[in-house]
Amino acid sequence: MKRHLISAADLTRDDAVLILDTAEEMARFADRPIKKLPTLRGRTVVNLFFEDSTRTRISFEAAAKRLSADVINFSAKGSSVSKGESLKDTALTLEAMGADGVVIRHGDSGAPHRLATSGWIGGSVINAGDGTHEHPTQALLDAFTMRRRLVGEEGAALDGRRITIVGDILHSRVARSNVHLLSTLGAHVTLVAPPTLLPIGVERWPCEVSYDLDAVLAKSDAVMMLRVQRERMNAAFFPTEREYARRYGLDGERMARMPEHAIVMHPGPMNRGMEITAAVADSPRCTAVEQVANGVSIRMAVMYLLLGGAEPALSREDSAHPSPATTPDGGAARRPAVEENN
Amino acid sequence: MTEQNRTLLRGAKILGGEPQDVLIEGGTIAEIGRDLQAAGAEVVETDGAVLLPGLVDLHTHLREPGREDSETVLTGTRAAAKGGYTAVHAMANTFPVADTAGVVEQVWRLGKEYGYCDVRPVGAVTVGLEGKQLAELGAMHDSAAEVRVFSDDGKCVDDAVIMRRALEYVKAFDGVVAQHAQEPRLTAGAQMNEGIVSAELGLAGWPAVAEESIIARDVLLAAHVGSRVHICHLSTAGSVEIVRWAKSKGWNVTAEVTPHHLLLTDELVRSYNPVYKVNPPLRTEADVLALREALADGTIDCVATDHAPHPHEDKDCEWGAAAMGMVGLETALSVVQHTMVDTGLLDWAQVADRMSFRPAAIGRLEGHGRPVSPGEPANLVLLDADYRGQVDPAGFASRSANTPYEGRELPGRVTHTWLRGRPTVVDGKLVGAA
Ligand SMILES: [Zn+2]
Repeated sequence: MKRHLISAADLTRDDAVLILDTAEEMARFADRPIKKLPTLRGRTVVNLFFEDSTRTRISFEAAAKRLSADVINFSAKGSSVSKGESLKDTALTLEAMGADGVVIRHGDSGAPHRLATSGWIGGSVINAGDGTHEHPTQALLDAFTMRRRLVGEEGAALDGRRITIVGDILHSRVARSNVHLLSTLGAHVTLVAPPTLLPIGVERWPCEVSYDLDAVLAKSDAVMMLRVQRERMNAAFFPTEREYARRYGLDGERMARMPEHAIVMHPGPMNRGMEITAAVADSPRCTAVEQVANGVSIRMAVMYLLLGGAEPALSREDSAHPSPATTPDGGAARRPAVEENN
Repeated sequence: MTEQNRTLLRGAKILGGEPQDVLIEGGTIAEIGRDLQAAGAEVVETDGAVLLPGLVDLHTHLREPGREDSETVLTGTRAAAKGGYTAVHAMANTFPVADTAGVVEQVWRLGKEYGYCDVRPVGAVTVGLEGKQLAELGAMHDSAAEVRVFSDDGKCVDDAVIMRRALEYVKAFDGVVAQHAQEPRLTAGAQMNEGIVSAELGLAGWPAVAEESIIARDVLLAAHVGSRVHICHLSTAGSVEIVRWAKSKGWNVTAEVTPHHLLLTDELVRSYNPVYKVNPPLRTEADVLALREALADGTIDCVATDHAPHPHEDKDCEWGAAAMGMVGLETALSVVQHTMVDTGLLDWAQVADRMSFRPAAIGRLEGHGRPVSPGEPANLVLLDADYRGQVDPAGFASRSANTPYEGRELPGRVTHTWLRGRPTVVDGKLVGAA
């Protein structure tokens, strides 16, 4: 695994399975009365959010705290004039503060990549969503949820599972990360959207594309509904909300045509009445709430593997530097150390 | 240096031909031949360097007035001289906009005062580049700056009626409208070429059709009203096809291509390094090859740099916040040698045509773009074509360093430039003005 997590495309199949397996371990600790691990004690994680996203920030914050990291929340909503300067200046500030890891959410595609490659900071960068580019931890938590519901086996990938992603693919970082990750994990991905909401060039992605939701529902093990902003209508991406909901929304009648075992996913926040009806959102087949819980486990796993220094495959320059979770046993190093009396 | 000075170039390959001696007297080429004798002349041993007419750029952003933090007329013309240029057309998107006789005369006068390179201002087509009301095109033409090229470059004259009127109006004084072809509604918020790479990177796309649809409209408009039209920085294979078709009809259409569109592709954007952010954006390899072919067969008339300096902080940031543009004056000839000459697509005589004769003709610029012959003005550039070296922006004369070629090995090095017989560059170094 690389030192940063910028794109789901950077993860090999082994990397991804390791993260999912580690997240399972993390989830088990979450069920215990004492939820904290000492792994990242003395390390500093900065949540650098240029865009408001309380949900994602809280998830990363909870994950870092459960690993005993010091967490600094840096809400830096950039001014429109000097956005660029503020990213660099903020990065230099964080570097001076000795940030070991920076979790960044930014409105510009590529901002985490810039942060990781411009020499502004030395710590690991975790992309918490950049523009319309990627949101790799979201894809990981989605894959985690699918593996639990559809495979139920640790160490496994998602081979042969048929995943349908529906909605505003063009503007969706969740879709981009999921296409990369799910195909790496062996799943068959189908994107469904009106042609206006698919990017030019999508035919080169490792997935199928359909304009017809009804044609693919019966062949789907999971159907992921993406949030569609009502304002897209004003830019003529679709005629009306009603027509969008009728052609691409998931209602009870459509859900009934999915296979018995198939699940409905949503990265949230949901736009009830638009891409999903309340009946579907509240049904036991919808995993939206579960995904939120799984998000903390996944983010713990990612931070553990990137910042913990425990995994031999990690390419930290200072691999000789002892870290709290390092064990001499390579196999055991995968197991987070528990400190029950913390 | 006085007008009486004599310089003898020994063994220069004029337009890449057999080595000959060239005697410059005052501002003029006095004699060409073998073993010329010239008592008292300063002798330049050229070691078989290529001698070309001074280059002419139809598309330069000198930034003055208004953005002197990125470039000035002085630093920009020094960069031009180092790149082998003896004349540049300064684009109108300054602050204030060059939309009056007063502003264009100011820019022209500064160029004249510094003496590194002739500066021919481009006048704005519309007031404030806003695309609504024609600027006083006639007044700019009649001014001391002798404006012949008009452009809202940076913005497209997208209103079809305004474009038609501008094309018609400048016929009265043989002017030309140079169009920055970019349909604004198709490119709102655009960050890079729309295609496979933009889809992956999640950057808003700048589709080829946004350029091509405007070019198609404008060649039809030019034909309809019997005017000439010039297309700035043509960047797509489709645009080439449209211009080729328009020329086949005998319509008065000319076009330019930038050095960077002859070499770089949108694959470079995967680095999210804003040094590759430019407008129009870097396109695909198929586009690059079509542009080279079109420049070779004459469909594209000339190379123009679109030299667009930006201060460091406008590029040292995330992609979306970065400014669009690249500096180009000091690397243009090297990029053309690399992409067109070393590939066998153009010989040096054709390079002279595409980088000097034709741009001067399009701009109706007298005294430049002339043959290297006795009696002609001594606007000349000497190029060591055998040189290979890495581009180092630390050595640029430009005030800005936003080059996409840093660290890249490119061929060719301008050793000397003469502006009307006076050297502006000697042994690769600038020479102070008279
Ligand atoms: Zn332009």
